[in-house]
Amino acid sequence: MGTHSACLPDVILLKIKNTLLKTNFKQIKEKVIESILMLSSAATSITVVLIVFFLFIEGAGVFTKKPIDKGFLLAVNESNPVGKLEPSQIKDIFDQKIINWSELGGKDEPIVLFRTGDITDYYTEEELGENFVNFPDKINELIAKTPGIIAFFSDKYVNKEFKGKEVDINKISVYKFLSGEEWFPTAEPVAQMGVKPLIYGTLWVSLGAILLALPIALAAAIYLSEIAKKRTRNLLKPLIELLAGIPSVVYGFFGLVVIVPLIQSVFNLPVGETALAGSVVLAIMALPTIITISEDAMRNTPRAMKEASLALGASHWQTIYKVVIPYSASGITAGAILGIGRAIGETMAVLMVTGNAAVIPHSFLAPIRTIPATIAAELGEAPNGGLHYEALFALGCILFIITFGINMLVELVTNRNSHKKH
Amino acid sequence: MHKIESNNVNFYYGENHALRDISLSMKENTVTALIGPSGCGKSTYLRLLNRMNDLIDGTKMTGSIVIDGADIYEKNTNVDNLRKNVGMVFQKPNPFPKTIFENVAYGLRVNGITDKNEIEERVVTTIEQVALWDEVKDKLKKSAFELSGGQQQRLCIARALAIKPSILLMDEPTSALDPISTSKIEELIYELKNKYTIVIVTHNMQQAGRVSDTTAFFYMGELIEYDKTKTIFTKPAIKQTEDYITGRFG
Repeated sequence: MGTHSACLPDVILLKIKNTLLKTNFKQIKEKVIESILMLSSAATSITVVLIVFFLFIEGAGVFTKKPIDKGFLLAVNESNPVGKLEPSQIKDIFDQKIINWSELGGKDEPIVLFRTGDITDYYTEEELGENFVNFPDKINELIAKTPGIIAFFSDKYVNKEFKGKEVDINKISVYKFLSGEEWFPTAEPVAQMGVKPLIYGTLWVSLGAILLALPIALAAAIYLSEIAKKRTRNLLKPLIELLAGIPSVVYGFFGLVVIVPLIQSVFNLPVGETALAGSVVLAIMALPTIITISEDAMRNTPRAMKEASLALGASHWQTIYKVVIPYSASGITAGAILGIGRAIGETMAVLMVTGNAAVIPHSFLAPIRTIPATIAAELGEAPNGGLHYEALFALGCILFIITFGINMLVELVTNRNSHKKH
Repeated sequence: MHKIESNNVNFYYGENHALRDISLSMKENTVTALIGPSGCGKSTYLRLLNRMNDLIDGTKMTGSIVIDGADIYEKNTNVDNLRKNVGMVFQKPNPFPKTIFENVAYGLRVNGITDKNEIEERVVTTIEQVALWDEVKDKLKKSAFELSGGQQQRLCIARALAIKPSILLMDEPTSALDPISTSKIEELIYELKNKYTIVIVTHNMQQAGRVSDTTAFFYMGELIEYDKTKTIFTKPAIKQTEDYITGRFG
């Protein structure tokens, strides 16, 4: 009897202990899971911040350097009052568009161009000596005796008696970078970093894409949400969504083989690689985004609204354009903006079909070049850490700012939408 | 001659036989109340009268419904015109996200009335008709969502009346409203009776008793009893009706 009664509390005690252990274990497990979840989101956020930080740090470098190759300099005669030049002016000088110093605020003196290789026009090989040992003296002499000279040469030829004046080249300002109309990042003697043609190219292609895609996408969304039978919709919607899953290089290939020749023959152009080709390819790529989002928005139109309209004798079509479309307007806008967002950031397909000419476009039938295509095409040939390299990062920053703005816009539009529904 | 006549109406939602052999007729300028427990088919029947059930996939209807001498389920029936003649007010007030004025004008516009003066005049008269004018005359350009639930429902009635229907279907029009708004709508129904044939679905026995001339009791998709409201409420012929009215079930 005694052992029996002593046994009972033991059993209970054990049970309590077990439960306690269990709860502890459960709590620990939950804590572990929670911290894993937290770590994942923290890691993601930090990565995003790091990428943006990296992008802007690298991109800012382009505004801190002189746009001339390292180890080279531009020099003029000591008496020349012009001491500071814009990169674009230097380009014009070497392209012989500016031929007199007076155009730059200097004396009335014709400009004499001098590149290292031109030395033999002035001196014989004997005068220059073996292995050009006399080169520094001669160049010094040449600059000193030619008042209109502008010389581009390596700074290893500058010696102690150098009497010329080194021309100060202005750094590329943010304004010049954005408004410059020439993109020659590898030009000699100074690189031209004007991204206006690239920004325009990007915007043109995207705008064209949205103009082509929006009507088709809207029509498809209306059909799917309001007109198609359930079975048709269940068949079509996955198909359209599949369009979003095709790799962009395949779209580019399709564009290159089908759309480019088509545009070339239809408009009778010398080349079919035009802004229009890019727009068509991008329009096809943006379709699934716009269709899916606007269709969802339309299907969210409360049944009560549609019934109210129909009960007043409105036809199906009147109900669609007087009730469904206004009600889903913000959803449609969001879809269109996201579609543009995709078009602006798209690289491969555009690179393949737009011809990549960095000029400000004047027609959809001219070749253009977009920001992402420029980065993709040129990053491989830009020396790491150089000015060109940093300029490409600055382009990346511009792209980031544009797409960030677009995402903010979507947020704004959809927020207004949810506010309206309350 | 009856305004609305239905003969052996059967209705199916897919496999579900929702209405069984309903034959029911309503006289012009009367109020008919449809009562019965939830899911008994009274709303389904109401929505047959303006072919609102056409919108639901996988439904089937047999039998005939004749309004003003014409079978509305004939192939050549113009559904838009039918709905213009048979107005509807829904359970929850469902104004459009437009201004008060535009809500009432909507039906006029979709039915091809473009004359500004005519639209304005009809909007004003119908808002007066539902006794809402004094409350909204200063905010016709404001969103209809700024109104209270009861005002919204009266606006919805005005919206239905603006296109001059001869029949008005009301699907539990006061179930989402407070008692004061409810009594206002009941008064309105009482006044509208002179001009319109009204069919009203209601869960509120007192309401059916107050506003209707005739009452139909539905149960499990069948029409159990249909008679003068007075008779139904005082000496119903069938036990089931009495049980429902006295609250023994449902």
